[in-house]
Amino acid sequence: MARLNVKIADLELKNPVMTASGTFGYGLEFADLMPLDGIGGIIVKGTTLNPREGNDYPRMAETASGMLNCVGLQNKGVDYFCEHIYPQIKDIDTNMIVNVSGSSPEDYAECAARIDALDNIPAIELNISCPNVKDGGMAFGVTCAGAASVVKAVRQRYHKTLIVKLSPNVTDIAEIARAVEAEGADSVSLINTLMGMAIDIEKRKTLLSINTGGLSGPCVKPVALRMVWQVAKAVKIPVIGLGGISCAKDAIEFLMAGATAIEIGTANFLDPAVSIKVRDGINEWLDAHGCKDVSEIIGVI
Amino acid sequence: MKKYILDLKVKQVEQIHQRYVLIKLTDDKPLPDMLPGQFVEVRVDGSTSTFLRRPISINFVDRNANELWLLVATVGDGTRTLAKLQPGDTLNCVLPLGNGFTAAKAGEKVLLVGGGVGVAPLLYMGAEMKRQGIEPTFLLGARTANDLLMLPIFNMYGRVYVTTEDGSMGEKGFVTNHSLLNEERFDRISTCGPTPMMKAVARYARQNSIDCEASLENLMACGLGACLCCVEKTTEGNLCVCKDGPVFNIKKLLWQD
Repeated sequence: MARLNVKIADLELKNPVMTASGTFGYGLEFADLMPLDGIGGIIVKGTTLNPREGNDYPRMAETASGMLNCVGLQNKGVDYFCEHIYPQIKDIDTNMIVNVSGSSPEDYAECAARIDALDNIPAIELNISCPNVKDGGMAFGVTCAGAASVVKAVRQRYHKTLIVKLSPNVTDIAEIARAVEAEGADSVSLINTLMGMAIDIEKRKTLLSINTGGLSGPCVKPVALRMVWQVAKAVKIPVIGLGGISCAKDAIEFLMAGATAIEIGTANFLDPAVSIKVRDGINEWLDAHGCKDVSEIIGVI
Repeated sequence: MKKYILDLKVKQVEQIHQRYVLIKLTDDKPLPDMLPGQFVEVRVDGSTSTFLRRPISINFVDRNANELWLLVATVGDGTRTLAKLQPGDTLNCVLPLGNGFTAAKAGEKVLLVGGGVGVAPLLYMGAEMKRQGIEPTFLLGARTANDLLMLPIFNMYGRVYVTTEDGSMGEKGFVTNHSLLNEERFDRISTCGPTPMMKAVARYARQNSIDCEASLENLMACGLGACLCCVEKTTEGNLCVCKDGPVFNIKKLLWQD
């Protein structure tokens, strides 16, 4: 049994495996199917200051080795989260992290401040990279100035571990990572989905209600891995890698590319217990290769 | 109701129609509790173009034989791959998912209205009612006599009325044209089938103040209420068909016309 603990700034993870926002609900949906306390963290559904209905149906299209979605941050708002959902998840024995989104720096900051007050939420993941909302979301994440403005506003009101989730829909992701690091982000996670599209040729219509959506799944893994490697070289803060991870081998690739921890997203839909299998697979690989600590492989590339 | 991930064994695959197969699954252990109207997310192995699981409604649970039946319409690569399963193969299933139909109460007259492959969950619903001593009435519609699925088995559990669009069996027309609806009064309707059919059934139920539930089949990814892809607009906002449904009371749906 190798040592699997890792640290993201002040955040201690019992192992480097987390579940990605929007793919794991609030964790509760998976409670029958796997031990929630067996993984390093659960990043819950994107939360905004005000309730959002999200985009119209259809919101999903299957692709080769992946899927497109345009959910559009449907959620009941931060106050509903604090009052109704937090009490149900606060005693799950892992890091319960909230993904925070907004349509202005002030929105983000206010939402983050309300979550700062919750004792058992040790970190937030700032979503400046959702491709499916018109106002905010990715609009902030594709320029250094936009990304910096949100992180700056949130940093003033949020005092725990601040992770910033980056968009791959940019020319130079390392530049954005450096911009959010400079404003006090404790960590960056990447990648969010890649903007894509699909068409029903018989109906001559796009398959998604807003035409475009975010691509996820194994098809994006090589792109994500390359970006994690680039960002890990560019910043000093810890990097969290995600994008198409569906087995321990994938996760180990991200760790070797420089990720201190990883998130599993779309693969949860195919195997709701995959995150535990990835954790066990990392451990077995480390044992088989004589590694005593997962840190021995992080960033070796 | 507790959910499971199980590798079930394929016991039999029966091509019951050009477009439909009946897959009978079993397990060494007793199958979990499942309610009529709930569904299973099956993993499709061996189809490179099929990425996500496929949601399939529970057609029947035979407790004596420890069998779970899935009636699958072969509409795409994923379902065509399922149709090629052989006895002895395993099928990875997440089950049971979603909310079932409201159980019938003693003395209630319940009408189960199905169309096409939508008849699938109504068999289990009717069988469970019969087991509780409540005789269900089935009203089943299809394009032609050849497209009416599993009729002999439906006949085992209740009265069966039929419509076909070409008049080759039962009354000609759609289910909502059947004379039964003018002759008898029901306390509750459960329906599953093509959306236009269910909307017509819902209209009849509303006009006659009959409690009515419909089972929806929006495109799904996770099946667990996590991804929010399969939403339906309701009086309570966007709800997940997989977790908040697939069975909804029609009062909740924005189907009023």
